[in-house]
Amino acid sequence: MAVQPTHASNRILLPARSWFIMLSMAVALLLNLIPFGHLPGVPDWVALALTFWCIHQSLMIGMGAAFFLGLAMDVADGSVMGQHALAYVLLAFAAGGLSRRLLWFPLGLQALHVLPMLLGMQIVMLLTRLISGGEFPGLLWFLSSFVATALWHPLTHLLLLPQYRPTERDDNRPI
Amino acid sequence: MSVVGHSPPSFFKRGPAPLAKLTFFVILSVLLLVADLRFHTLEWVRLGVATAAWPMQRVAYLPVEAGGDLGKYFSTLATLHQENDGLRKKQVAIANLLLRQNHLEDENKHLRALLDMRARQSVEGRIADILYAARDPFSRKIVIDKGMQQGIADGQAVIDDIGVIGQITRVFPLTAEVTLLTDKGQAIPVQVQRNGLRAILAGAGAGMLELRYMATNAEIQPGDILVTSGLDGIYLPGLPVAKVIHIDHSSSFSFARIQCAPLAGVERRGQVLVLGNRESLPAPPEQPVPEEEKSNRGKHVKKGH
Repeated sequence: MAVQPTHASNRILLPARSWFIMLSMAVALLLNLIPFGHLPGVPDWVALALTFWCIHQSLMIGMGAAFFLGLAMDVADGSVMGQHALAYVLLAFAAGGLSRRLLWFPLGLQALHVLPMLLGMQIVMLLTRLISGGEFPGLLWFLSSFVATALWHPLTHLLLLPQYRPTERDDNRPI
Repeated sequence: MSVVGHSPPSFFKRGPAPLAKLTFFVILSVLLLVADLRFHTLEWVRLGVATAAWPMQRVAYLPVEAGGDLGKYFSTLATLHQENDGLRKKQVAIANLLLRQNHLEDENKHLRALLDMRARQSVEGRIADILYAARDPFSRKIVIDKGMQQGIADGQAVIDDIGVIGQITRVFPLTAEVTLLTDKGQAIPVQVQRNGLRAILAGAGAGMLELRYMATNAEIQPGDILVTSGLDGIYLPGLPVAKVIHIDHSSSFSFARIQCAPLAGVERRGQVLVLGNRESLPAPPEQPVPEEEKSNRGKHVKKGH
């Protein structure tokens, strides 16, 4: 059976577990902590995971979680306190607001909606820092949003895996 | 149809409207930004969170370390292969030995240069390894592997074997953040080695430095070496900092635009020396404020309204 994680498919998914959402966020945070230096094209994992859950579970995770994740990222990055928090809150607002519309699209079109959201988030961060006298990091910095968009398809399948389990457990099932 | 899956949303527990929530969090974030940028009051929060998150940070650093180790592992394998070959072919063995000796000689020279620099100065230094460049793309900072536990403190100067690379700006228990000279918010008082002309050198971004507030007719030439003047009480005098590479005497600006390149390997990986605190200079004599001016100040502000 083809996996179709959109509203257009007839398949009804299991409800998402809150611990799984938290776990994926923790993993994203850990991935973000890996010091790649200024290597361009490394996606902002927390922003990506946040967008995903805000779109798929807009009632379970929203701007409050975004704010605290943003604070964590501010500390981890050594950037100005509030920079990530502001950008993530706006991202969560956009993702949550668009979630009802977005989920009816196939994954490719969903990714096309996610790209401007992530770019907008980066622009918010850029403006905050440029106003406070930071240095322009170069256009290559925006590459990370494009890489993140390219990851939308595989990420959707990965993060929805727990919700694809069969409702009835069959011990004789081969897999 | 519900978005959450099976369970329908509880209609009476949706919380405040999204727009209200957004306004609340945006205002909170902006307040945080102002508190951090203007008043620098959030350093203790940062220190606390960073200390608590240290194990996580350590785990995140593992893949990078492992990458380095993997590189080492493969290079070790390569050397083993070479040595194996060398047992059969004597020339290769000699070449291999020579290569390794060159490497050791280089290493020795590097360490000697560091030690020599330390011997020349009266303050104590501490050798630290650069761990990685900080992730923040809007500033130029690096993280070193020595922190509070090793006696590193805010404001200490960081040098390598050629010259100054920056200053400690944030200290954590086991690591410290060094703001490089090329950071836009970093300034250092310097003087031209050739004629002793004093100036302020500030980061200009993109790995370059800029000599600020110099008159268009100031006596500076491309190729001049800038050394620390020591007037600030932080950097020792005479440490090489930068080299003038381009001067723009455009008459449309009141100051000359003087571009400089850092001398030390500011954006390079390796070992650095953190210099201890300098003995503080005597405080400048206080300028007595005339009584009249003091009493006038309040009135002036009122008039402004």
